[in-house]
Amino acid sequence: MASNSILEVTNLTQKFRSGDRELTVLDHVDFSVERGTTCSIVGPSGSGKTTLLGLCAGLDRPSSGEVTLNGVPMGPLTEDERAEVRNKHVGFVFQTFQLVPTLTALENVMVPLELRGMKSKDVKHDAEELLTKVGLGDRIDHYPTQLSGGEQQRVAIARAFINEPKILFADEPTGNLDSETGETIEQLLFDLNKASGTTLVLVTHDLSLAEQCQRIIQLKNGKIFKDEWIDEPAVEQVK
Amino acid sequence: MSSFFSQWSWKMAWRDARSNKKRLFVYISAIIIGVAAQVAITSFRDSLNNTINNQSKSLLGADLEIETEQPPPDTLTTYFDELGGEQSTITEFPSMVLFPKSGGTRLSNVRALAGNFPFYGTLETVPIEAASTFQSDTTALVDQSLMTQFGIQVGDSIKVGEVTFPIGGAVTKVPGEAAAAAMIGPRIFIPQTMLDSTNLVQQGSRVEYKRYFKFTDSRDMSAIEARVDSLQSSLEMDIDIETVEERREEIGEAVGNLAKFLNLVGFIALLLGGIGVASSIHVYINQKISTASVLRCFGASSNQTMSIFLIQAIVLGFAGALAGTLLGVGIQYMLPGLVSDFLPVNVELSISWLSIGLGLFTGTGVALVFALLPLLALRKASPLYALRSMVGSITSLLSNKTKVTIYAAIALTVMGYATLLTSDWMVGGLFTLGMLVAFGLLLFVAKALMMLVQRFFPTHWSYVWRQGLANLYRPNNQTATLMLSLGLGMLLVSTLYFSQDMLMEELDFATRDDAPNLILFDIQPDQNEGVNQILKDNNSPILQNVPMVTMRLDSLRGRSSDVIDEDSTNKVNDWALRREYRSTYRDSLIDSETLTKGEWIGQAPADGRVPVSAAQEIANDLNLSIGDSLTFDVQGVPVQAYVASVRKVDFQRVQPNFFMLFPTGVLEPAPQIYVTVSRAPNAEVSSQVQQAVVQEYPNISAIDVSRILETVNQFIDKISFAVQFMALFSIITGLIVLASSVATSRFQRIKESVLLRTIGASKKQIIQILSVEYLFLGLLSAFTGLILSVAATWLLGYFYFDITFTPNLWVIVLGTLIVTGLTILIGMFNSRSVYKKTPLEVLRVEAT
Repeated sequence: MASNSILEVTNLTQKFRSGDRELTVLDHVDFSVERGTTCSIVGPSGSGKTTLLGLCAGLDRPSSGEVTLNGVPMGPLTEDERAEVRNKHVGFVFQTFQLVPTLTALENVMVPLELRGMKSKDVKHDAEELLTKVGLGDRIDHYPTQLSGGEQQRVAIARAFINEPKILFADEPTGNLDSETGETIEQLLFDLNKASGTTLVLVTHDLSLAEQCQRIIQLKNGKIFKDEWIDEPAVEQVK
Repeated sequence: MSSFFSQWSWKMAWRDARSNKKRLFVYISAIIIGVAAQVAITSFRDSLNNTINNQSKSLLGADLEIETEQPPPDTLTTYFDELGGEQSTITEFPSMVLFPKSGGTRLSNVRALAGNFPFYGTLETVPIEAASTFQSDTTALVDQSLMTQFGIQVGDSIKVGEVTFPIGGAVTKVPGEAAAAAMIGPRIFIPQTMLDSTNLVQQGSRVEYKRYFKFTDSRDMSAIEARVDSLQSSLEMDIDIETVEERREEIGEAVGNLAKFLNLVGFIALLLGGIGVASSIHVYINQKISTASVLRCFGASSNQTMSIFLIQAIVLGFAGALAGTLLGVGIQYMLPGLVSDFLPVNVELSISWLSIGLGLFTGTGVALVFALLPLLALRKASPLYALRSMVGSITSLLSNKTKVTIYAAIALTVMGYATLLTSDWMVGGLFTLGMLVAFGLLLFVAKALMMLVQRFFPTHWSYVWRQGLANLYRPNNQTATLMLSLGLGMLLVSTLYFSQDMLMEELDFATRDDAPNLILFDIQPDQNEGVNQILKDNNSPILQNVPMVTMRLDSLRGRSSDVIDEDSTNKVNDWALRREYRSTYRDSLIDSETLTKGEWIGQAPADGRVPVSAAQEIANDLNLSIGDSLTFDVQGVPVQAYVASVRKVDFQRVQPNFFMLFPTGVLEPAPQIYVTVSRAPNAEVSSQVQQAVVQEYPNISAIDVSRILETVNQFIDKISFAVQFMALFSIITGLIVLASSVATSRFQRIKESVLLRTIGASKKQIIQILSVEYLFLGLLSAFTGLILSVAATWLLGYFYFDITFTPNLWVIVLGTLIVTGLTILIGMFNSRSVYKKTPLEVLRVEAT
């Protein structure tokens, strides 16, 4: 079972100090995510969803517990080593799109591969192809401010898939979009995910979005309140 | 380090800079101005040094100058003959001159010349040939500025002593002398053959006998100096010797001091630029946190993300330094015009590669050092900020230890560079300390003012006023930085004008009702009555009429002056030991004198030692105690005396004051001259008196106090350029920092005004709110500078000039108006996109 997990979370606790009070945001959380599955983390505001996502992606260090990503325990790694793991295996989609405002759509998409030391001309073709796939083939030289919210999120999705990540973390990907655009983005995200066989971990408070995943983990007060499979993964998918 | 050189970092730096061009230009403009000031000054200094080295012989005009205060005795003239070479002599003394055409009189510096001085360099005159023909034509050469002042042309005449000369030419440049010398004593050249006929060199006159040598062979100057030293001892007279090397060193040192001062001025401009950089890059990096975090999420290392902005800082710093260097080389050509009056040479301007290199290096260095704090903080920015945006300033991510280390590194860099500029680590250290204190005080006053305004916020004011004022306290504001740099400009300008005003007020004694305004000196005993009569005839009261006897100190406490001089352990000031004392005698103290020690004895005993009274200053310099014995050489006659009392003398009074005061009954038979102090009711009478005295007694000199006032004023006007230069740079930098702060906070302002417009504010109201914000910023900055300026001038007056200072209201009002006006102008100009375009249009473009 362990070899099938892309993400293992063991006894994860995160505490913050606020003045002289200590807040426990995550309280001994345990779960693992199998390769190629889709999983949503849901819960009310302040339940620790985003904190959990940040810890899973190695963006922060937990107070205690361990995160193992693609078989690599994140705990002993330095900041830069964790960045390298993310560059190789992780993709991100954010609620606020988080495109670099000074880069064009194409350049934004190329960044993860360029960070690996690849030359622009070698990655340009792939990036253009991905942008065409998300429907922005004719807007590759536009800057983020010249794009609508939905378009920006498409660029972000293209950027998330360019390094062919083993796992994709999405934080409220439709949270800043109207429902119609949101649905298109959802569709795009799941389609690309399916096509590339990537594991998807999605944080949302939108239950209809969560229900499109195979598994829903519900958080409440920093603990797993409910963990249910809607659609048990098929054997092929697990492989 | 490898990330700094990685292609990706450079590519990202370029991509990021591409759409921030305008903002980044503002960021480097502070560097441009600072480097320009620096390069202009160091290049100019190098040109000046080169000129002094190239023209070193013409600084003295000869290979050697030997000067005495009495006509050289035979032993000395024999030695002069022995030295050989070509010789030329100048007999130089102050005297009144009169222009018969207008009746104008002026105390001048008369030089009777024989021979071909200057041997090197030229005595520049208009017409040119006058310099070589005036000796044979028996004409006089008169300082150009004096001729202009009195409306005199070549061909008019000048009366020097008892001789009236036709004016053969105007003097425009004397080798080795600055044009400003003419302000103190206008130079008049006459042929030495006519010296006796002028009848000006008399008993008690202060005359310098100078002999100039030109050698065709190279001489060992130290041997000549040794010989002159031994002659000085055997002849018991002062003989001054000056070689080209000494003159070059003296002038080089003076110029060096000027250059050091100007260098520090330039450095202050650069430091202000640095603060501007620090302030704008801080805001800039704060806006880049989310970009950096996203890049970190996608696998960029902390060094890689920092490198992007480090590269920008270095490249922009270098670009700014380059632009500043080019500008500075250009400005160099304007500097000679500002200081030429104070320079003894005509500067040959050249391009100094050293200063260009230094400008590029420091410009880049300052940009880097001042960007260090936010850049290092960016390394600490967690990728988590891509999920949750960061609240507050980026520098809060740095530990206090890191911050202290960075501040110490900045202070050390500043000190190191100041030391490099002044080649003196003490000066460098003191400068750094001074800057720290000044900046600290400015910041303190700025913060205190901000706090006071917030505390006593006028809550009943209309919305527009309250909002404008509240804008100064928005998060991430740069209000304190702006107040610091604009305030420094205000501080410099107003301190300059306050001090000038304070000095002028104090010197303005000539206009006071009872103050003396005319001093006549060098009056021979047989002329005294006649002069007093002229004063009486012109309704000018004689306030003082004092005899003066010249003497030297022969021995002190039983040891001869020569022995004391050679004793290196003596606690006696050399100058006080060797100087010529001009003393008077009377039976009582006057109101400018107060007895501090001992007992005043007004009448000398019939025999035995003479009880004298020493002024506090000379008592300190000679280390005198009551009862110490003194032997004076009164023109050949030894007079045994002892210190009976010490007096405090108010030397600021316009009247003759004396270091050594004798009682009556001793000096009466000695050769003496008189000094008379009077008060002419008005300028017209004053000039009538001077004319009458000069006509009748040409050897008598007059000091017109109102003219001194004029001279001091002219002088201050001339030197104030340096301070104005410094103030100009700091104000320009302040305004650039303002422009950059408006540029960097533009997005924030736009969001605010869009919000306001959305909830119904009119364009007019937005403009009003912005104007109020800049109005308060300008006012607060001006007050920051003013408060410190008033304090600085008061301290200056209290401790240095001994004057009570009352601030001039005009300086305050005008200074405040100018600083505030400029702030509003620059602020509104740079904010025009905020109120000129539609909110949506602005938001779309500016969101980057």
